[in-house]
Amino acid sequence: MTGVPTTRRPTGSFAVRAARTVRRRSVLSGAMIALTYTAAILAMVPLVLILGYLIVKGAGAISLDFFTQMPRPVGEPGGGMANAIVGTLILVGVASAIGLPVGIGAGLYLAEYRTSRLATLVRFLSDVLNGLPSIVMGIFAWQILVRPFGKFSAMAGGVALGAMMIPLVTRTTEEMVRTVPNTLREAALALGYPQWRVSLTIVLRTALAGIVTGALVAVARIAGETAPLLFTALGNNFWSTSLWEPIAALPLQIFTYANTPYDEWRTLAFGGALVLIAIILIISIVARLVTGRRHAGGGD
Amino acid sequence: MTDHAAPGAADERGTGSAPAIEGAAVGDRIYRGAITVFAICIPLLLLLIAIEVGIAAWPALREFGFGFLSSSTWDPVEGNFGAGPAIAGTLITSVIALLIATPLALGAAIFISEFAPAWLRTPVAFVMDLLAAIPSVVYGLWGIFVLVPILRTHIMPFLADTLGLGRFGLFSGPAYGNSVLAAGLILAVMVLPYITAVAREVLLAVPRSQREAALALGATRWEMISGAVLPYAKVGILGGVILGLGRALGETMAVTMVIGNRHDFTTSLFAPGYTMASLIANEFTEATKDIHLSALMAVGFVLFVITLIVNAIARWLVWRVSRGQGA
Repeated sequence: MTGVPTTRRPTGSFAVRAARTVRRRSVLSGAMIALTYTAAILAMVPLVLILGYLIVKGAGAISLDFFTQMPRPVGEPGGGMANAIVGTLILVGVASAIGLPVGIGAGLYLAEYRTSRLATLVRFLSDVLNGLPSIVMGIFAWQILVRPFGKFSAMAGGVALGAMMIPLVTRTTEEMVRTVPNTLREAALALGYPQWRVSLTIVLRTALAGIVTGALVAVARIAGETAPLLFTALGNNFWSTSLWEPIAALPLQIFTYANTPYDEWRTLAFGGALVLIAIILIISIVARLVTGRRHAGGGD
Repeated sequence: MTDHAAPGAADERGTGSAPAIEGAAVGDRIYRGAITVFAICIPLLLLLIAIEVGIAAWPALREFGFGFLSSSTWDPVEGNFGAGPAIAGTLITSVIALLIATPLALGAAIFISEFAPAWLRTPVAFVMDLLAAIPSVVYGLWGIFVLVPILRTHIMPFLADTLGLGRFGLFSGPAYGNSVLAAGLILAVMVLPYITAVAREVLLAVPRSQREAALALGATRWEMISGAVLPYAKVGILGGVILGLGRALGETMAVTMVIGNRHDFTTSLFAPGYTMASLIANEFTEATKDIHLSALMAVGFVLFVITLIVNAIARWLVWRVSRGQGA
């Protein structure tokens, strides 16, 4: 912005120069806006490329066998990832059993006692915890659950993933509980409800859709985690559902197969990635629909 | 830390005025105790992680001292370890990622918050969120089979020969594909949605009056952004970038799959390398000696400390902005 035109250049009247400045400024503005459009498009290109590539390469590997058969040795065609799919479900189950109660409880605390000094500390540390690399969670779970027992286990994998879930669930629970209108709490309190019943039966129930969304987003995030499982669940070529044995997982299997020179296994890796990403995208979209409806209905 | 009994629910005036029923008060106390315990779990968990990872790392840290951070020796046979190249590789790949991702993320965030037509806003934001949801191992798979071959046959020869950048050390050496450059590029794609998401939130938190004032003074739409909106949001955006840095530093699988895994200081981005996370992931199964294992855990401990600091700074910056607005 040049502000008041100076008389440095004597040529041209004030009006002509002013018009020129305005034109220059609006051209610059248009160019910068076009750049932001370009950036937005470029930012979305990878998603299209990755999804497209996975569908092209992986669709051929998807059949009924993929979901029902065990992995086969190199050279034998066919085979599937039944054990890895079940393994991922078990790991997510263990992680949810740890992450959901702690996360929802802590989130309720943060929302109900939001100004206490403990709440401020917990909120901050929960964000810091959320940013820790997943591989560090893996080392932690390995040190407390694998090393002492001398054995890799599904339990250790679930604990690593559960620890990752806690901060995610905590913060979404807090946000959702905070959107519950105070008038609702006050009405219940005025009717003689004790605070704990207001919190559990009125506030929690009102915020339930949002909390479910938060839980789904957290599950989507940990279901594809691989790094912490290298130290904990380890992977397993055989059928196992025991919590105290090494267990297969979809992301681990993709990693193993991707690093082999065998075409059959590479195809299976693409198939596995396609299934994994389909699961995650479906969970994400369902989560979005749940809150979308809530927002449309509630409004704030 | 212990005075959690503090003001209680500040927004629920009148809570304390209903102790008429004895049972209700007891119930309230139990309830408050229970959720307080859950809340305390989080600081405890962080403390426990620090202690346990520290214990695993201790033998190597004691053995090699501060030299561990700079030494480039990595000799499992002799039992002599240093994390210098891995630390350098982590920083270099993260810097490449941020240099590429930050302008794109900022542009995309400005588009979403300022210029996108209303009907396009939600879908674009949703696509960015989906990009954040893609697992690291899937990015790695795409990296191995698409990005690395393209780098090897097209981009690297183009940079080195066509543009003549091969004379500079940064783009010299044979083009294997698997390289520090490949890791930096894939990290750029991965941190892009995180930075965009934070920048978007921060921009949306800028008050409307700020924009209207700029427009009323005769600013063009871009001058409104650059003169009134960005200065207001810059601290929060910086926080988002540092948050992206935290992600990039600790990202494991995709990097392990494309970086080539070589333990050496490199000056060329075309050379294979290591990051801290990929070093741990790659060698964990091969580590048979206790000191080798402990050296890997020590790398993990260094990574833990660095990301802890980076995240604390980022969160503080983002909070400073968003707390003021109460958006």
